[in-house]
Amino acid sequence: MSTKTRVPAIEGWFTADEQHPALLGTRCTACGSYFFPRETYFCKNPDCLGRDFEEVELSRTGTVWSFTNNCFEPPAPYMAPDPFVPYTIAAVQLEAEQMVVLGQVVPGFDPADLHAGMEVELVLDTLYEDDEHEYLVWKWNPIGATAGAATATAATEASR
Amino acid sequence: MSNRHDVAVLGVGMHPWGKWGRNFVEYGIEAAHTALSDAGLQWRDVGFVAGADTIRNGYPGFIAGATMSQALGWKGNRIASCYAACASGAQALSIARSQILAGFCDVALVVGADTTPKGFFAPVGGDRPDDPDWLRFRLLGATNPTYFALYARRRMEMYGATQEDFAKVKAKNSRHGLTNPNARYHKEFTVEDVMSSAIVADPLHLLDICATSDGGAAVILSSMEYAKQHTTNPVRIAAISTATPTYPQTVIEMPNFSTDSAAAVGLPDRPFRDSIAWGAYEEAGLGPDDIDLAEVYDLSSALELDWY
Repeated sequence: MSTKTRVPAIEGWFTADEQHPALLGTRCTACGSYFFPRETYFCKNPDCLGRDFEEVELSRTGTVWSFTNNCFEPPAPYMAPDPFVPYTIAAVQLEAEQMVVLGQVVPGFDPADLHAGMEVELVLDTLYEDDEHEYLVWKWNPIGATAGAATATAATEASR
Repeated sequence: MSNRHDVAVLGVGMHPWGKWGRNFVEYGIEAAHTALSDAGLQWRDVGFVAGADTIRNGYPGFIAGATMSQALGWKGNRIASCYAACASGAQALSIARSQILAGFCDVALVVGADTTPKGFFAPVGGDRPDDPDWLRFRLLGATNPTYFALYARRRMEMYGATQEDFAKVKAKNSRHGLTNPNARYHKEFTVEDVMSSAIVADPLHLLDICATSDGGAAVILSSMEYAKQHTTNPVRIAAISTATPTYPQTVIEMPNFSTDSAAAVGLPDRPFRDSIAWGAYEEAGLGPDDIDLAEVYDLSSALELDWY
């Protein structure tokens, strides 16, 4: 078990509740539009002059809109481990907010394990670490799916 | 058919695209000289310069209109410099057209040039945690191809498109580029070439994604009255559509973390892509039935299909 202190990689974007984390957005009190990351100055609805926003926890679950991965190390400021480890990214549709939010998918899931419409939930996971800290970010965790399942199935079929 | 929004294209010029390692101004000036020569005009005839900015070449890139004018020789013309990422050229064209249609000049030079590093584009340097372009790299590791790939995978999931479909786009484009001396590659890539290149962002292969390049392009625009004194049948620009999306934009856009929310405001009449074509048709007074040829470009092979 790591003895490093777990801290958010960015302040104010998600709750620190490790069991049931939620993204922190805002909602315009005049028109009801949701914003993530938080909007606190002017409402982006062109017909709304709202300037007051309430902080809201966004839906913790959603459905996959699309997904991809990154096979090569991206440039800074991404803090890539050495050696680089590819990761999967999902765009997730939130029903109540009627918006799509990006996030990395928890390690172990490849694009082959995902499909549009799949249900996912928000978790906190390590984005990068230094000697004293693990820096946490939100990630999407497929519900009821097994990491590497598609690869395992393909291997099974190939061996038949 | 013509309308009061028409402007004429008197000349075009291009510096070949490739990895040349020279100053971007050289590519722009070579393109501008070629365009002026193509138009049969002198630099002294140009009343306005619209420069398409590059953010990769420091201060001279941010003030491209002035940079190119100075390189061609200061002569007191008016300028504009504009940045719209990959749409900077179209934006510069739109600005020059407005100057002509407003009657502020007869002849305008539109010019853009760039140099690019190898590999992924990176955000502007420094520690800038309030910049979404910086944050998407830090918190998500989301590169430009990440977004291209999300669209490509969505197309596969919704409509059953395949990676072979995408590869065919690249094969077609490379065939068309074979005889163009300005093309980035002079090689006919096959579907197999694309499919056997490395996956960069699933489902996109390296050859599905736009190659970074150095080069430049220029266009000489004029009023229709001026054009009629110089040529009998000038090429006309009937419309330029450079509109923003309409809120709520519910398709994820680079460099954002999320789409707009459609919880409180209904979807617009037309999605973003459709609205851009709609704007061009409306401005031109033409419809799809009037069009014989579409030259379509976007940043990945799969994205090109999204336009059809």
